[in-house]
Amino acid sequence: MSQADLSIHGQVSRTGATEIMTAPTFSVPAKKMAMWLFIIADTATFAGCLVAYGFIRNSTPDWPRPFHSITNVAIMTFILLTSSLTMLIGVRSAQKENKAGAFRWMMITAVLGIVFAVLHIREWLGMIGEGATLFHNPWGTPLFGSAFFSITGLHLLHVTGGVIALIAVAIRYRGGRYGADDLEVTGLYWHFVDLVWMFVVPLMYLMNLSH
Amino acid sequence: MAAAETHNTGGIGKDVAIYVLLLILAGIQFVIAYQNITASQMFVRMLSVAIIEGGLALLFFMHLSENRGLMWFVAIFTVAVLLGLQYGWTDSYRLLEGVRWSH
Repeated sequence: MSQADLSIHGQVSRTGATEIMTAPTFSVPAKKMAMWLFIIADTATFAGCLVAYGFIRNSTPDWPRPFHSITNVAIMTFILLTSSLTMLIGVRSAQKENKAGAFRWMMITAVLGIVFAVLHIREWLGMIGEGATLFHNPWGTPLFGSAFFSITGLHLLHVTGGVIALIAVAIRYRGGRYGADDLEVTGLYWHFVDLVWMFVVPLMYLMNLSH
Repeated sequence: MAAAETHNTGGIGKDVAIYVLLLILAGIQFVIAYQNITASQMFVRMLSVAIIEGGLALLFFMHLSENRGLMWFVAIFTVAVLLGLQYGWTDSYRLLEGVRWSH
């Protein structure tokens, strides 16, 4: 093979490798893939917290069941699930280039997130009023307060961050700086927050319901 | 990025159907909470419903059903992490029941 052939083959090889290196992973655009990787990592965080809570609860015979009513948590669940639907409608509106509609649904989603956070904080204040804190629990083992406030607090932190992100992305989308794909990536995060709540509710609230 | 990457399969009708299904499943969890069963039975039933809920949200709200490669990537990683986290149960039972698991 001549030097010229080698050069050509080398170039073809390098070009091919470059194409492979730049091909989107799983045919998913880079921004979306980054969000999926974050979600996977965050799944490990929440799973770690919930499984650790399981270990603690299992090894504590006198684990308290302080919740008397499911009304508040039922309303919170309804609001969060509804916010996922409004998020989907917002993304679909953006994909149909209905800018005003997409912005409106994004803001509705953000408002629902704020209502969820307010209800959550109100519930926390009620529990704190009864004497439960991160390191103290009037119904028995202090580990209950630690587990409850840590896990629900981590989720509340995600909701708060999500609301800020929703508002920021929606404003930038309306201003033309962001596109429908950015709304979709934000939506992925919001659905994840909703998904986590589906596990937090039965494990943290319903399993600790007094009969 | 792919403005072309739209998710029109099923449309808003499917989204609403999944939303209603998720509400029903969430309602079932609340019904289970009032059943007169042991804590372990309650845990298994509630977790089963939660896994179905989570699966529906992942597949349809997060559109994972439209990308098999990504779906397997997420599934394998998640299952591996969850299995890895189970290491602590033996210690949990040892704390509860003494020496049973200590040998």
